[in-house]
Amino acid sequence: MNWLDTILQGVLLGGLYALFAAGLSLVFGIMRLVNLAHGDMIVLAAFLILVLVTTLGLNPFIAALIAMPLMFAIGWALQYFLLNRTLGKDILPPLLVTFGLSIVIQNGLLESFSADSRRVFAGSLESASVNLGPVTAGIMPLMTFFSAVTVIVCLNQLIYRTSVGRAFRATSDDPVTAGLMGIRPQRIFAMATGLAMVVVTIAALYLGTRANFDPTSGPS
Amino acid sequence: MALLETRGLTAAYGDFQALFGVDITVGAGETIAIIGANGAGKTTLMRSISGVLANAPASILYRDEPIGALLAPDILSRGIAMVPEGRKLFPSLSVEENLQIGKYGRKVDGPWTLDSIFALFPILKERRNNPATALSGGQQQMVAIGRGLMSNPEVLLCDEISLGLAPVVVRDIYAAFPSIRETGASIVIVEQDIAQALKVADRVYCMMEGRVTLTGRSSDLSRDDIHKAYFGTEHHELA
Ligand SMILES: Nc1ncnc2c1ncn2[C@@H]1O[C@H](COP(=O)(O)OP(=O)(O)OP(=O)(O)O)[C@@H](O)[C@H]1O
Ligand SMILES: [Mg+2]
Repeated sequence: MNWLDTILQGVLLGGLYALFAAGLSLVFGIMRLVNLAHGDMIVLAAFLILVLVTTLGLNPFIAALIAMPLMFAIGWALQYFLLNRTLGKDILPPLLVTFGLSIVIQNGLLESFSADSRRVFAGSLESASVNLGPVTAGIMPLMTFFSAVTVIVCLNQLIYRTSVGRAFRATSDDPVTAGLMGIRPQRIFAMATGLAMVVVTIAALYLGTRANFDPTSGPS
Repeated sequence: MALLETRGLTAAYGDFQALFGVDITVGAGETIAIIGANGAGKTTLMRSISGVLANAPASILYRDEPIGALLAPDILSRGIAMVPEGRKLFPSLSVEENLQIGKYGRKVDGPWTLDSIFALFPILKERRNNPATALSGGQQQMVAIGRGLMSNPEVLLCDEISLGLAPVVVRDIYAAFPSIRETGASIVIVEQDIAQALKVADRVYCMMEGRVTLTGRSSDLSRDDIHKAYFGTEHHELA
């Protein structure tokens, strides 16, 4: 059943890519901003988790839980104080600024962590697997996949079922009229980027425990 | 005492000046109509009051507080809601969601709730789950008015609610205004249809080229006066 196995591994790996994409598309969907530094933000989050694991001796999952609010705050501030200023009719400024941001993050990480490739160790979970009839699947790939499904379902519920989600959609439709409803588009954008960074942290957890990464892994 | 007042209000788009010292007052519970030809500056006046355009702080007063420089969300939270020209519904939101979002920035208990708006415009209840843009023009205008009412405003600004609608539909929409007045809210309507404006409003301001050219109680204004203020020429019996 080698081919079944291959398909399953492929589907489960798709979960990781879905996590990478979810944050990116959340931001693009709401403010038409293509964040060229998205990959670097994932690597940044992976280093944050690594630091929490190595200095505090935390379990990587706990470390990710702590990293989430930190990354939310970073995303919020980044959007509110920097990226909001680049938004407008022209799509070039946000591209230039996020490209620059990508370089800043990469070099910042190189300075602090050197170019060595790193890995977050998740202990015995890494090699654990379950038998699913004819095939076996690793616990970590399964968790990655189900995390991705959960993230996407949660984002969907948030966007289509909550008052904040309505504000997201209204702002994306027409920020001026949204203002007349009492919505502050600048804050909505900041919240969206903050949320995207929470998703980024989840992606970073699985990226960092699955494979080696180094400061320049972001763009790839 | 005026609830809402503009004093020497000026507004410009870049180099182009659209308002030259506009003075209007709106009393509590009063309905005011702003009339004037295309390009007179009516929408600019509405956009200034509602905070879409920023102005000198003291050029707009609300309960004697200078509000000219405030942003739209701050204006709404004080109780001034706007039904913008062209309806501007959110296409990604259903009819019901478009109504709900009207109170995002001002959650105040009052006469207007989803239910009372559905009672005012029953057709909206039937179409509540449709995308707002799937409705007819008249129904969309009802959503836009309902959305403005959801915040239970003290002042409702309505910019050309009859634009592009058939006369029977316009009549249906204006039939809702007595109920809105009854709640004690002040209403400012921008209207090109002079007869309609005189019918619904206590007082009328006529604008031309960024200035108020005529003002008075609806019952006191003559057709000639209005014609002159509207077009800047004597009335030559066109119709
Ligand atoms: N965004 C804008 N940029 C530049 N000029 C504008 C803008 N909006 C309006 N104007 C100009 O300001 C003047 C007043 O426009 P405004 O929309 O306030 O008129 P109006 O009385 O609402 O007209 P209408 O009855 O056609 O809606 C017009 O000369 C118009 O060309
Ligand atoms: Mg107008």
